[in-house]
Amino acid sequence: MVFRQFGAAAALAGALGLAASPAHAVTEIQWWHAMTGPNNDVVVKLANDFNASQSDYKIVPTFKGSYADTLNAGIAAFRAGNAPGIMQVFEVGTATMMAAKGAIKPVSDLMKEQGEKFDPQSYLPAITGYYSTAKGEMLSFPFNSSSMVMWVNLDALKKAGIEAPPKTWPEVFADAKKLHATSPTCGFSSSWITWGLIEQFSAWHNIPIGTKANGLDGFDTVLEFNNPLETKLLENLVELQKDKSYDYSGRTNTGEGRFTSGECALYMTSSAFYPNVKANAKFNYTAVPMPYFPDAKDAPQNSIIGGASLWVMGGKSKEEYKGIAKFFTFLSDTDRQVYLHEVSGYLPITKAAYEKTKASGFYEKNPILEVPLKELTNKPPTENSRGLRFGGMVQMRDVWSEEIEAALAGKKSAKEALDAAVSRGNQMLRQFERTATK
Amino acid sequence: MENRAIFSGRLLACLLVFPQLAISLIFFYWPAAQAVWQSFLVQDAFGLSTEFVWFENYVNLLKTPEYYHAIGTTFFFSLLVVFFSLAIGLLLAVMANRNIAGVQIYRTFLIIPYAVAPAVASVLFIFMFQPGLGMIARALQRNGIDWNPVLNGNHAMILIVIVAVWNQISYNFLFFLAGLQSIPKSVIEAAAIDGARPARRFWTIVFPLLSPTTFFLIVVNITYAFFNTLGIIDTATEGGPNGSTSTLVYKVFLDGKAGSDLGGSAAQSVILMIIVIVLTAIQFRYVEKKVHY
Repeated sequence: MVFRQFGAAAALAGALGLAASPAHAVTEIQWWHAMTGPNNDVVVKLANDFNASQSDYKIVPTFKGSYADTLNAGIAAFRAGNAPGIMQVFEVGTATMMAAKGAIKPVSDLMKEQGEKFDPQSYLPAITGYYSTAKGEMLSFPFNSSSMVMWVNLDALKKAGIEAPPKTWPEVFADAKKLHATSPTCGFSSSWITWGLIEQFSAWHNIPIGTKANGLDGFDTVLEFNNPLETKLLENLVELQKDKSYDYSGRTNTGEGRFTSGECALYMTSSAFYPNVKANAKFNYTAVPMPYFPDAKDAPQNSIIGGASLWVMGGKSKEEYKGIAKFFTFLSDTDRQVYLHEVSGYLPITKAAYEKTKASGFYEKNPILEVPLKELTNKPPTENSRGLRFGGMVQMRDVWSEEIEAALAGKKSAKEALDAAVSRGNQMLRQFERTATK
Repeated sequence: MENRAIFSGRLLACLLVFPQLAISLIFFYWPAAQAVWQSFLVQDAFGLSTEFVWFENYVNLLKTPEYYHAIGTTFFFSLLVVFFSLAIGLLLAVMANRNIAGVQIYRTFLIIPYAVAPAVASVLFIFMFQPGLGMIARALQRNGIDWNPVLNGNHAMILIVIVAVWNQISYNFLFFLAGLQSIPKSVIEAAAIDGARPARRFWTIVFPLLSPTTFFLIVVNITYAFFNTLGIIDTATEGGPNGSTSTLVYKVFLDGKAGSDLGGSAAQSVILMIIVIVLTAIQFRYVEKKVHY
């Protein structure tokens, strides 16, 4: 019995050994990601296409759970000396990753070292800016990007006697009141509360969230979004929350069903909501750019992205880096970007891909997909609208959300809540600054 | 005349105890020691820079008002969960302990919820209680109750208490039922003959005789409410709104996982460990004296 088991194990080991040693050595590159459903298929297809296109490298994608799970798995693996070659990290994990010098390899360094053709200018600055240093060196490779838009239920607007979707915040407030008459539980609502109401709002109005270009220029950044404009926005929402003209839908996107069910006629959330709306909304809908305050000097400026990028981990072999560099060149290919954009709804990352999609007339048939791109490229990004980089951003969003919730529930005034969000956030930033390796 | 089997030599005894000791050391004492060590460090997520800071993590923790709020929330939540899950479990056990038709079927069905993972239970309840979508939420709203757990802290608390209680009732039911069945029928019959009514029989005979079971379940349920409700809170409310459902164990999880603040998170888990040790010690020291074995 013991011998039989041993024999089977030996045979298995032999088979594995044979499978792993073909004519010439193939370098395997682990790619950990957090994509589910159709997006997971896209990841697998990309890996397969790349593996079929050459025979020296093999990309092995592995699903590791949610964004946070993937990041934690990567951190744990690194601590155990076992990190993957490529790791998909959501945009709010950017500061955590870049602070870990030695754990990561900046993409621009990688491409230079491996002699891959790489022109930072060919990428859309609104997207790559989020993942670049202050000097414009790309740290991680943008993978899936989206922006925030306002989804509009056109039938409900007509019913409430509203002629056109609102463009400004005062119009949104007025329309929400009118819509409330026809849908008593919700006129207007939003998902990703801090991304929309603080991060995007600040960029769109060209006002800072924090000093040092929202933290892009250094970890000694200090939050300062408790400004009059932000306070005005929150005060208005608190007022509307009282009779549910605006109704809070939670911190993440769990409330998105309230738009597709027809309950909330105006709904601010990610442009990546598109496939869901297309499949589930039984009414005429569209998406329009985020609203702005017309009395704000620079509004609308440009929006920022959300989504995730691919980080290259440090301490890998030369062959692995060579393969990763080739894979990134493969991903940047114009036709491939166009295809990815059209099939998945992710934004293209190169200018050429955007132009080509535009020229093909795709946006005339799918105008909604161009809305986030128009927002992102509305004006050249400024210090306030390139992106943001705060340590501990995952938890920071929870802290900010808590304070917004306190204001909406009437426990604090809007100003008090924003002050508390800023001071609690600053404490976290100081703690992060201390541990960040410089 | 002593008639017990006596093993000679210490070697065999040590050998027999060894596996249990090894398991305790590797899976309990070693991680606990690691947590204590980690709580004295300030470290980045990747472990690239480490600084030994003595009690700074603890001092910082005790300076944040949110932490005291979480302590209050934890005790309030645990009290509600322990009380309701024990009371309902006992009620159901008493009901199912009677001679009625199909009693086996009832018993089986009452045990099934325990097989549902806390996170799954949460998701089921979220479906029912989600404002605008859930059946129960809609029914509440139709009756003029502005049910809104995403913004109303009390509603969120009610929601997680319901899920946590629901998940634990079966376990309590099972133990209470076993406890009830071990009570000799003759005692109850004697009381009945003496003219005691069912309610009196229950409180003066059955309930005291159940006290070992009740005591055991109180200890287990407190531990459950303190630790095992993490999955429920994470899926149902994520500690919100405004921290009103953020218990100690959830904060440990959140600060360690989402915040990558391992030192602070470890300090919290050490404090939590001390709280639970003290609570359990109190129970064994004082409450157990009232238990009739």
